[in-house]
Amino acid sequence: MPKITMNINGRETSAEVENRTLLSTALREKLHLTGTHIGCDTSQCGACVVHVNGKAVKSCTIFASELDGANIDTIEGQASPDGTLNVIQQAFQDHHGLQCGFCTPGMVMSAAALLKENPKPTEAEVRDYLEGNICRCTGYQGIVNAIMAASGQDVPSIAAE
Amino acid sequence: MYDFDLVIPTTVAEASTAMKADGAQALGGGQTLLPTMKQRLAAPETLVKLSGLSELVSVSTDAGALCVGGATTHGQVAQDGTDYPALAALAGNIGDPAVRNRGTIGGSIANNDPSACYPAGALGSGATIVTNTREIAADDFFVDLFETALEEGEIVTGVNFPIPDAANYQKFDQPASRFALVGVFVAKFGDTVRVAVTGASNGGVFRWSEAEAALSANFAADAIEGLAVDAGDLISDLHGTAEYRAHLISVLTRRAVQSC
Repeated sequence: MPKITMNINGRETSAEVENRTLLSTALREKLHLTGTHIGCDTSQCGACVVHVNGKAVKSCTIFASELDGANIDTIEGQASPDGTLNVIQQAFQDHHGLQCGFCTPGMVMSAAALLKENPKPTEAEVRDYLEGNICRCTGYQGIVNAIMAASGQDVPSIAAE
Repeated sequence: MYDFDLVIPTTVAEASTAMKADGAQALGGGQTLLPTMKQRLAAPETLVKLSGLSELVSVSTDAGALCVGGATTHGQVAQDGTDYPALAALAGNIGDPAVRNRGTIGGSIANNDPSACYPAGALGSGATIVTNTREIAADDFFVDLFETALEEGEIVTGVNFPIPDAANYQKFDQPASRFALVGVFVAKFGDTVRVAVTGASNGGVFRWSEAEAALSANFAADAIEGLAVDAGDLISDLHGTAEYRAHLISVLTRRAVQSC
């Protein structure tokens, strides 16, 4: 099996993977980074979003074997080593941006990508950016509120949809 | 999915050689191919990775045309293709942000999904599809459902879009898949208007020549009053009947003209 080396959350990490091994599978089963969730495995739900070379991608729809030398950021790298949540994670907690938590890793990683591209998004831009992330607890209002708060803006006062 | 051999070329020449092998399949961003392989609807023996080939990643404007390298992602076209705003907007509304960060124009064009956006943009613009061996006019490229004029082993290295005087793409989203339930691309070059329709036909993207003639004579939404595409040739599925799609084509064409 080919051996690949990736920089994951700032740390050089090697793994032997089959060509067909998905990045999501490699992260979870080879490297035991189980924060990246697999919801649909069909590239629709967004629970598996990670950053590859700084860009949000669905890790269930990319082969790990394509990524030798890549920089990968996952949900495990978001909090500080002492466990202090980052701004986005803390906002999700403060604004009830999660219920069961299954979609949360993908939501946080998508939000991080959004705020990097667009530090002060409008509510419409937040909703548009999250169209590839599905929450089945229907917690979207809390998620949008959390991202608005994480960007330092007023939390929208509109009623939940 | 079944395992395969993976070739990671560093040049287009290497990729062309690798694509000559029996059972070789080009891998663009993989946003369609991987789900297809997971379902075992495709089981290529060899994948030749084209994404990341620096020769194939570019957006530039040359002699009135927007030239996009075959492995350029939708996200990059949305960001860098603003010399052709209607096309940049089309690219920026494909799938979702994560899909746009991986999916490539060459992959989309070569796949010719009947509901994809890029075929409408290419056909509507009268684009030229450039491969590793030749240039193909969009009018000759999109042959049928998931079928193009590409030969075995041929690679889309770029797409050159003539920039029209005015253009607009109207997409009626199929909300689950983010593909177009129907999409209409209208482009006006002087007195000539092209209208390309995606998402609607069992034969894939097509030009609505009746509307083109009417709009070339009078570029106004009212010019297509009373015109309709025959529902007999259109897709009917749980998302919409053929008649519904036929109606959408007229509505979206009007909106596209109004938005030009």
